[in-house]
Amino acid sequence: MRRNRILITGVAIAALSLLASGCAASEPTPEATEEGAPAIESDGNVVLYAGRSEDLIAPLLEQFTADTGIEVDVRYGSTGEISALLLEEGDATPAQVFLSQDAGALGELTSAGLASTLPAEIAGAVPAGFTSTDDSWVGVTGRARVIAYDGEQFTEDEVPDSTNDLVAPEWSGQVAFAPGNASFQSFVTGLRVLEGEEAADAWVGGMAANDPVLTESNGDSLELVNTGAAQFGLINHYYWYAAAAEAGEENMRARLKFLPGDPGGIVNVTGAAILAGAEGDPDAIALVEYLLSDAGQTYFVEETYEYPLVPGIAAPEGLPALESLVNPGLDLSDLESLAETQELLAAHGLI
Amino acid sequence: MSESQRPRTPPPLIAVAGFAALLAAIPLIYIGVRVGEGGIDGILAVLGRPRLPLLLVNTIVLAASVTLAATVIGVASALMLTRLRLPAVRLLAVLAVLPLAVPSYLAAFGWLAAAPGIHGFWPAWLVLTVVTAPYVTLPVAAALRGTPTALGDVARTLGYGPARTFGLVVWPGIRSAALAGALLVCLYVLADFGGVALFRYPVLTTAIHQAYGATFDRNYAAVLAMILVVLALIVFAGERAMRPAREFGTGRQGAHEPVSAGALTPLAVAALLIVPVCAVAVPLASLIGRLINAQTVRELDVDRLVAAIGNTLGLSVAGAVLAVLLALPIATLVARYRGAIVQVIETAGSLPLAVPGIVVGLGLVFFSLLAVPALYQTAAVLAFAYGVLFLPKAIGTIRGSIERVPRSLEDVSSTLGYGPFARWRRVTARLARPGILVAALFIAVTAMKELPATLLLRPTGMNTLAVELWSKTDISAYGAAVPYAVALVVLAAVPAVLLSPRTERLPVEVER
Repeated sequence: MRRNRILITGVAIAALSLLASGCAASEPTPEATEEGAPAIESDGNVVLYAGRSEDLIAPLLEQFTADTGIEVDVRYGSTGEISALLLEEGDATPAQVFLSQDAGALGELTSAGLASTLPAEIAGAVPAGFTSTDDSWVGVTGRARVIAYDGEQFTEDEVPDSTNDLVAPEWSGQVAFAPGNASFQSFVTGLRVLEGEEAADAWVGGMAANDPVLTESNGDSLELVNTGAAQFGLINHYYWYAAAAEAGEENMRARLKFLPGDPGGIVNVTGAAILAGAEGDPDAIALVEYLLSDAGQTYFVEETYEYPLVPGIAAPEGLPALESLVNPGLDLSDLESLAETQELLAAHGLI
Repeated sequence: MSESQRPRTPPPLIAVAGFAALLAAIPLIYIGVRVGEGGIDGILAVLGRPRLPLLLVNTIVLAASVTLAATVIGVASALMLTRLRLPAVRLLAVLAVLPLAVPSYLAAFGWLAAAPGIHGFWPAWLVLTVVTAPYVTLPVAAALRGTPTALGDVARTLGYGPARTFGLVVWPGIRSAALAGALLVCLYVLADFGGVALFRYPVLTTAIHQAYGATFDRNYAAVLAMILVVLALIVFAGERAMRPAREFGTGRQGAHEPVSAGALTPLAVAALLIVPVCAVAVPLASLIGRLINAQTVRELDVDRLVAAIGNTLGLSVAGAVLAVLLALPIATLVARYRGAIVQVIETAGSLPLAVPGIVVGLGLVFFSLLAVPALYQTAAVLAFAYGVLFLPKAIGTIRGSIERVPRSLEDVSSTLGYGPFARWRRVTARLARPGILVAALFIAVTAMKELPATLLLRPTGMNTLAVELWSKTDISAYGAAVPYAVALVVLAAVPAVLLSPRTERLPVEVER
């Protein structure tokens, strides 16, 4: 009897779900407004969904408002949450601009038909390889993949020059990384493109078998290295600078090794898109332009030690030149390729 | 007499309770829609992943072990608090429920700051056990006060030892309450993210967050959420099977005299301190330690803190009121009637607790855009979300207190000519009021800590303490996070203190 009732509950819920999916299906599916939108008047206000932390973005937006007089309504969240939210909202989204932590989320937005085509002067501001291939989003900053190592146990020379060496038995149980993290996954995509599917499969399989320390985020991986719980962490370079700003550089146990010429040291980008419903909105355009302006790019350089992507703006001191790092000319928002990477990681039980 | 002649379930009550359960089931419906989009192939692809067995086993092991530990600790704490003569028992009672004020992510974060590098099953188990133990302590302590100690005295005069007395007299009186608490603990663990993610213990919920974070694969996330719901259904079936058919004898507020623990008193006090020390003292102390050691201490924006406190307070109170209003018809139905429909409504109303907050949040985005687009991203929808999200927590508590209202009183009021609603309002609801109040406080304290659904549904630009805390810890600004962490714990401690076993009775007799 009891089982039956539980079953009935299940069936009832399933039936309700069907009903609701019927409602959902009758909704118009989101489509990009292709026809040239009529010129929209500025209303002095722009709605931004920011997939980066408020602490970082808020001062920049204050500067923007002071310079342009345009007010920004901003909604913060992690890039994953914000992109899930945007996909759920579809056409009904109040967002006009999306600032993303990684290219994959922007690609997803484009493939759902929710991103508009950017004006040519914005789309062309950033060199190819660091921005979209179809002008649906523009790169804003770059971050290098690095090995964070335990500075109390190793000198920089003792740290492998390539992530390929980390499958060796001597590093068993010592390498921390976040397999579900977008920038880790785009590194694996880079590996596939640069060294071939077979080599990538061997590397992922080798790492999975080498007792890796799996974390949920780059920040967690760094924390493990910084506390001596792991010898190496595969992270983005700027996490170290954020932690050093809080704890003091001299107190950082973890140190960074950049990997020029190695797929393990590729550059990922953050980027911005204008939503389809805000195509041609002058306030939205002004905001994205500001992110690419001298003031915007310099802000990121100074606050987060990220690479500026607009040519002619100086990179943070002490970092290797952007050109020395591998940029395989990847389309970082290529989701089909991303899906293959995820299949590879799933097949080896990492995600 | 009463069992066989129980009145037929009144249709209006079924309708109202059914509607409330439907609202509570929004997240389930949403999961159904997303799973449906992926089709059978989508489900099979997820089930075939090599990592799934590991996630499933980890989830089950953690949920089972935390539930067991929290139940044992909760029952033991409740017994000590109500039956022993202890020094500073008021304070101990408050401390026993204080962990309710600490979100699992904050406790995990604090432990990690104190003991870097700890990871895996045991830390996750410890943190979840100590933050969930009050879910058992509270209802059991309340039930114990309703069980007359006289029966225990009788048992002892018959020569029964303490174990037998517990089994024969005490346990039947608290079984229902202990099970209800254990159920909440189990569902909490199934849905929890913060307590496990930081310790790198992979479970279904962490995989769901990963799916949203990097794969943008909503169908994959939905299938995992569906697996969680199936697990919850099994847990429900178990709780049903163990729940007593009838509530054990119920003199209201049986008078009892606590007994002295003698030489064991210090031991009892120490045992009662374990939970609050692990759940509250260690995490807060280690975070404050970080603040003191931080090189750069950002200036505290007082206006911002005050605004966040105000928002948190307003939203959680509104959410608690809504949740109680929705839970009342369901709890009344479940307490007084039996049958298939009743069970369906109760299950549909309670299952969503096992769904991770991020999925609930997206489900409510989906629902509010469909049903009330004009209200989307307003505080009203967020308060409603809290109501829906936490309504299941209210059902158990309110049900228990309605069950303890003697049926004979309702019968008397019927003979006096009261209609069913008047009878419910003037007798049942009035006598059950302490339970209803407890449920409201309980939800307020939970809503204050809520993060994932708040992030998705809050009005753009509106901050709560949990959101502020999240944004600070996300960028490793541990120092900046401390004022918000302290404010959150202090604020949530207010309802927690009101909930603590000895004061809970207060509001009842004041007004007649």
